[in-house]
Amino acid sequence: MSVVAVLKGGRSLERQVSLQSGARVEDALERLGHEVVGIDVGHDLVRRLREIAPDVAFVALHGRDGEDGTVQELLEVVGIPYTGSGVRACVRASDKVLAKHEMLAAQIPTPDFLSFNETAFKELGAADALGAIEERLGFPLVVKPADQGSALGIKFAGGEADVPAALVAAFSYSSKVLLERHVDGQDLAVSILDGAALPVVEAVPADGLRYDFAARYTIGGTRLICPAELPDAVTARAQELALATHDVLGCRGFSRVDLMRDQATGELFVLEANAIPGLTDTSLLPQAADAAGIGFDELVGRILALAG
Amino acid sequence: MTEEPPGAWDTVEDAMTVDDPGGRPGSGPRPLKRTRVRATSRDLERYAGLFAARTQNMRSSAMRDLMALTQRPDVISLAGGLPDTSLFPAEELAKHLSVMAAEGSARALQYAPTEGLAEVKQAIREVLQAEGDDADPDDVLVTTGGQQVIDLVCKTLVDPGDVVVAEAPTYPGAVPAFAAYEADVVQVAMDSDGLRVDVLEETLEGLAAEGRSPKFIYTIPNFQNPAGVTLSLPRRERLVAIARERELLILEDNPYGLLRFEGVPLPTLRSLDGGEFVISLGTFSKILSPGLRLGWAVAPRPVLAKMNIGKAASDLNSSSLTQLFAATFFRDGDWRGHVARQCDLYRRRRDVMLEALQEHLPSEATWTRPEGGLFVWVTLPDGLDTTDLLAKALSRNVAFVPGRAAYLDGRGGTSLRLNFSGVGEEEIREGVRRIGVVVAEQVELLDRLTGGPPARPAAAAPAPAPDAELADVFELPRRERAGPPRGSSGTA
Repeated sequence: MSVVAVLKGGRSLERQVSLQSGARVEDALERLGHEVVGIDVGHDLVRRLREIAPDVAFVALHGRDGEDGTVQELLEVVGIPYTGSGVRACVRASDKVLAKHEMLAAQIPTPDFLSFNETAFKELGAADALGAIEERLGFPLVVKPADQGSALGIKFAGGEADVPAALVAAFSYSSKVLLERHVDGQDLAVSILDGAALPVVEAVPADGLRYDFAARYTIGGTRLICPAELPDAVTARAQELALATHDVLGCRGFSRVDLMRDQATGELFVLEANAIPGLTDTSLLPQAADAAGIGFDELVGRILALAG
Repeated sequence: MTEEPPGAWDTVEDAMTVDDPGGRPGSGPRPLKRTRVRATSRDLERYAGLFAARTQNMRSSAMRDLMALTQRPDVISLAGGLPDTSLFPAEELAKHLSVMAAEGSARALQYAPTEGLAEVKQAIREVLQAEGDDADPDDVLVTTGGQQVIDLVCKTLVDPGDVVVAEAPTYPGAVPAFAAYEADVVQVAMDSDGLRVDVLEETLEGLAAEGRSPKFIYTIPNFQNPAGVTLSLPRRERLVAIARERELLILEDNPYGLLRFEGVPLPTLRSLDGGEFVISLGTFSKILSPGLRLGWAVAPRPVLAKMNIGKAASDLNSSSLTQLFAATFFRDGDWRGHVARQCDLYRRRRDVMLEALQEHLPSEATWTRPEGGLFVWVTLPDGLDTTDLLAKALSRNVAFVPGRAAYLDGRGGTSLRLNFSGVGEEEIREGVRRIGVVVAEQVELLDRLTGGPPARPAAAAPAPAPDAELADVFELPRRERAGPPRGSSGTA
C-alpha cells in the first residue's frame, strides 16, 4: 500500500475529461488498498506535493500542462515518481508536428503534412504560399492545432475556400498548426500497455450522421467497436505500428496511438500518439484493456506499477 | 464548409456510445449495426443497455466541457444569464422569512397542492397585471421555475418527431427539453423586430405541404434570449392571428418583460389573444430570485389539466417554502421597487456594454441594442467561429456563449451572446476589451489569409449559397463603415 496523489483537472480545455478520468482512477486505487489524495492541479501544486509527499503521483491530466511535459518536469524537480511517460516523450507526443517528424525518421507511415506557426502568416507572408501548400497536399485536407490534445479546433477543408477559416480556427488553440492530407477510411486506435499492444478499437460515425460539427458539439455521433473487425494481418500491422510509434517517441508504461486505414488502398497511417489517453468510462484505453481481459482496477494497478 | 474529420478522439469520448451490448440482445432499440458477445461486462454497458432510446439525444458535448471552464474564478464571465441577487438586502430576506415562519411554518414545511398555493397565485396575478394581462387563479399552474413549463408543455404536446417551431436563435436552455422529447425543431429567422412572421407563414405553408403542422410555436417576445430583440406590436398581432387561423398553440416565454429600461411596454401575446391559443410562461427568477425556483404557466384549461398531471409525476408540487416566501414578500415588501432597482442597474450595465462594444469590436461586427432584459447578441465577420474563439478568449480569462448553442442545426457559428446583468461595470468594460483583442487578432489573421478585406471572397462573390442562407437568418441594422461590407449577417 502506498500514498498516491492523483493529479487531475487543471486549466486545460480538457479539464472536464481529466476530472472524470481522475475520479475513476481514485476509486480504483482505493479499491486496490492505496491511500489516495486527489489534487486539482493549480497554483499550489508544488506546495501540496511537498506537503503530501506521496510515494507516487498518478497523472490523470489531459491536454496542456498535464500531457506536454510541464507537470512531469515539476514532478522530476520535486523528486516524486509518476505514472506514464517522462518529460521527453510528453514533449514529443504532445506536439503533433514533432511526433510526425519522429515517425518519418523511423519510417512509420504518417499522412503528408506541412506545419506553420502564426508568425509565418503574420510576418512572413505565408498566405502567398497557400496555393502551393494546397497543391502539395491536395484536397481534402485536415487542419489541426499542433499541440491541442482534443478534437477542438480540428477542421476539414474540402477546397481552397475552406482553408482560411480552418486556419483561423486552428490558431485559436495553438500558435502552430498542421495541415495534413486527409486519409479517407477507418478510424482506428491502438492502446499500448506495458510494452504490448491491446486490441484495436474502431470509431464509426453513427447511422445517418456525418462526422461533423453537429456530431461533435450537440449529439454523440460515434460508435466504438472493440475489438475492431479487421483482417488479422491488418490488426497485427496496426499493433506493430502503434508499438513502434510508442517506442520511437519514448513513451513509458502506456499510451494510445491513433491511426487511419485508407479505404481505397488498405494502407495504415499513424496520425498521432497520446501520452496520457483518457481513462473515463467511455475512453478507448480502458475499453481496449477490458477487451483483453484486463479490468479497470487491474489496468490502474499496472499503470501504477510502471511508474518511475 | 468545414467539418470534423475522423481522428478526433478525446473530446468526443463522452459523447460516444459503445457498440457492445454485452450479450444482452433484448436491451432496447439502439441503432446498432453489429453486435458481439463479450466475456466480461463493463460499467458503461451495464447501464447503457438500460438507457431509453431518447437518451441518444441527451448527451454531453465538447461545448459543455468548454462552458464548464467559464466558471473558473479568474474568468470574467459574460456567459451567464444571472440577475444580480446582491440587490436584495440580506435583512429584507431575513425579515420576510421570519414573518413567513411565524405565520405558517407548518404549511411552509408541508406538501402543497400541485397547482400551487393560493397566496402565490395572488402574487402571480400582480405580475400579470403589471404587464397588462390578467388570469383567473384556476388558469395558473405554479411551477418549479419557468424551465419546468417548457418541459411540461413538451411532455403534454410532443410525440417523437412532432414539429416545434422556435426562433433562430433560440434559448439554449430550451434545446435539451426539445431534444429529450425528440421534437423536430424548425427554427424561424428573426430580425431587429423579433420573429419574422412572414417567414413563419412560409414555413408553416411548407410544413403543411408535407402534411405536417407544428404542435406549438416557442417564442420569447420581450428582449429575447439570446438575441436581445423585441417582437413589434404589428407582428404580435399577426402572430396571434396566425395561431388562431391555424389552431396552433404559442408558448410565450416571458421571463424579462418587466425588465424594460426604455421604450413603451408592448401587450403580451396572451392578452392580445385572450388566452385561447397562448400558453404563457412566467417566472420569479428575474424579478425576484432564481434561487426560489418558482415560475408559472397560464394555459387553456384542458392543456393546463394535462400539464398539472405531468407536473405531479415530476415533483408533486413546487417548494411550499419558497411559494410562501414569495407570497409574503409580495404582500409586505416592495416588489415593484425591487424590479425598478434592477432595471436601473441593468440599464447602466447595458450602456457600458454597448459603449465598450463600440470601442473594442471591429467595424464589421454588429450587435443588437436591447431595450431591456439581460443579453446582447453579437455577430462577427464571416470566417470566424465563436466556438473556437471561446477557447482563445478563455486563455485571456474572458467567456461568452458561442452562438451555436442557440441553434439545433449547426448555424450561429459567427455569433455570440453576452450577458450584462450579472457582472459589474468595470468587469464588463474589461471583458469586452479582451474579447475585442482576440477578435482583432483573428480578423487580422483572416485578412492576411484572404488577401485583406477588399478582396475577401465572401464579400466579392455574388451571394454564395451558405452565406445567403446565414444572411436570411438574422437581419440586423449594420453600422456604417468605410469600404465594402463583409460578413454574413447583413441584409445581403
